[in-house]
Amino acid sequence: MIKKIITLILILIPINSFALIEVDITRGNLDPLPVAVSPLSIDEKSRQSFEKVLKKKNIGEEISSIVENNLSTSGLFNPLSKEAFLQAPDIANLKPRFEDWNLIKAQALITGKVNYVDDKLRVEFRLWDVLAAKEMMALAFTTVPSNWRRVGHIISDKVYERLTGEKGYFDTRIIYVAEEGLKTERIKKLAIMDQDGFNNKFLTLGNELVLTPRFNPTSQMVTYLSYFKNLPRVYLLDIETGTQEVVGDFPGMTFAPRFSPDGKKIIMSLAKDGKSDIYTMDLENRIVDRITNHPSIDTSPSYSPDGKYITFNSDRSGYQQIYVMKSDGNDVKRISFGNGLYGTPVWSPRGDLIAFTKLHKGKFYIGVMRTDGKGERLLTENYYQEAPSWSPNGRVLIFYRETKTNDKGEGFTAKLWSIDLTGYNERQIKTPTDASDPSWSSLLSN
Amino acid sequence: MILSKIFKNTLLVLTACLVLSACATKKEIATDIKGSMQGDVYTGTDTVEYLAEGVPDRVFFATNESILTTASRETLRAQAAWLRKNSGINVVLEGHADERGTREYNLALGERRANAAKDYLMTYGISSNRVTVLSYGKERPVDSGSNPLSWSKNRRSVTVKAN
Repeated sequence: MIKKIITLILILIPINSFALIEVDITRGNLDPLPVAVSPLSIDEKSRQSFEKVLKKKNIGEEISSIVENNLSTSGLFNPLSKEAFLQAPDIANLKPRFEDWNLIKAQALITGKVNYVDDKLRVEFRLWDVLAAKEMMALAFTTVPSNWRRVGHIISDKVYERLTGEKGYFDTRIIYVAEEGLKTERIKKLAIMDQDGFNNKFLTLGNELVLTPRFNPTSQMVTYLSYFKNLPRVYLLDIETGTQEVVGDFPGMTFAPRFSPDGKKIIMSLAKDGKSDIYTMDLENRIVDRITNHPSIDTSPSYSPDGKYITFNSDRSGYQQIYVMKSDGNDVKRISFGNGLYGTPVWSPRGDLIAFTKLHKGKFYIGVMRTDGKGERLLTENYYQEAPSWSPNGRVLIFYRETKTNDKGEGFTAKLWSIDLTGYNERQIKTPTDASDPSWSSLLSN
Repeated sequence: MILSKIFKNTLLVLTACLVLSACATKKEIATDIKGSMQGDVYTGTDTVEYLAEGVPDRVFFATNESILTTASRETLRAQAAWLRKNSGINVVLEGHADERGTREYNLALGERRANAAKDYLMTYGISSNRVTVLSYGKERPVDSGSNPLSWSKNRRSVTVKAN
């Protein structure tokens, strides 16, 4: 459905043997690439039509500022101040005067225009290599005007992909738990927003406690824990229709749900008689499989992207550690051996790493390790933080962080943060209320 | 007269505090915690409510543990005796964890704690169909403080009347 709304027309991607600009995203980038984002040009008639429909004075400038903001928050690009631009947007889009852009030290230039055509928004944009004086990419697409923010995100993704060689993560959404009220009687609601914090929408009313929402691979369904009627159970929510259903009929609390990579199963824990084990349920035929059977706590399961393995959290050694097993439950191996306790393992979409939360000497860390447990790297330390979730390209982690209260028990906050896999570029993601348990969607358009 | 004496003593302590500055306040907190915690299990009565006279409603746990202490077993025996006397009453055992753990693990830990209490009630003759277990993990602390004493009050299993 989402994919159909936007029709992407490729104008041309020139295949060049020239050495064009490239951005290396494997290291912490302390020297972001200077890029000029020229506002999308717009003719007066189109401008007026969009103003009527979208209540935005200049939709071209609005879309460009989304692109600017995305590129800037990635930490890899440095969008230059528009005040220094010498060339008008419409002329720049036809043929940039590269020496002008060179003068303000832009290495890449984005130009484009937006038109109102048959009640639709048509946008075209170009990416230029300023030093080589070459066009790197040109794309056009048409969509309904209300999709204008997504247009900005898609342009950002295309630019990111062309310059880094990897898929972007801007045309994505975050599902999370919105929090309000006293720490002792917190009200929690499911909420969804664009990756940049816009278009926030609450999905539940806050009548019952809800926790740990996670997207399915197509980002249209969400699985989460709800305390509806004081029976904590895993639920399934269809975001577009709003229908909710309980997953399976279990004789105790089900929790810690996630989808399998093909979206056909839900993997979760069942707590019963003081022990928690991992189960899967097939969403089509409702068949339930027990994956672990151990007197310990086994929870926080997460599949490898090929579906062949599961990483999970268990205290079978006496304390919380991270384990990996085959998806049928065989060959259980502990992989975390560092000092401290480990929780919330999540397999990277690239398959090579597992992100986790670590508690050591009263501090909480978000870190990553290879799937055999080697190469542990701690990205960030704080009073309290947990629950990392990967961006679809596996380059950024989003998680939540809580603050310490003062002597009177006041000053508690919970906020969403993101950090690059490199350990750089830590940022708070603005939310209308306090927030926790973020989960990143897949790329909505490809 | 007695009041003024206490007041004088307080003043003396206060002056001492001022003179010794940080040292004195640290000591006070230490004795405070010592007074209501054993190991790191809460032993105070601050948050405790009563199901009936002499029947406390909750038991407390050490960090990451679900083992019942001697005091907890005593509380649960009192609860079992009260439940035997009031055979029409069913209960929910609400298991909780402190905020210093990951959310999902804490949900399991809360369930394990409430079950430890349930098992003990059952050994004292309470039928399992009168007892429901409900874990809240770290979602419903009684004390919003960020210190060891607050956390010790939050690591608990609370017996709540269901009807």
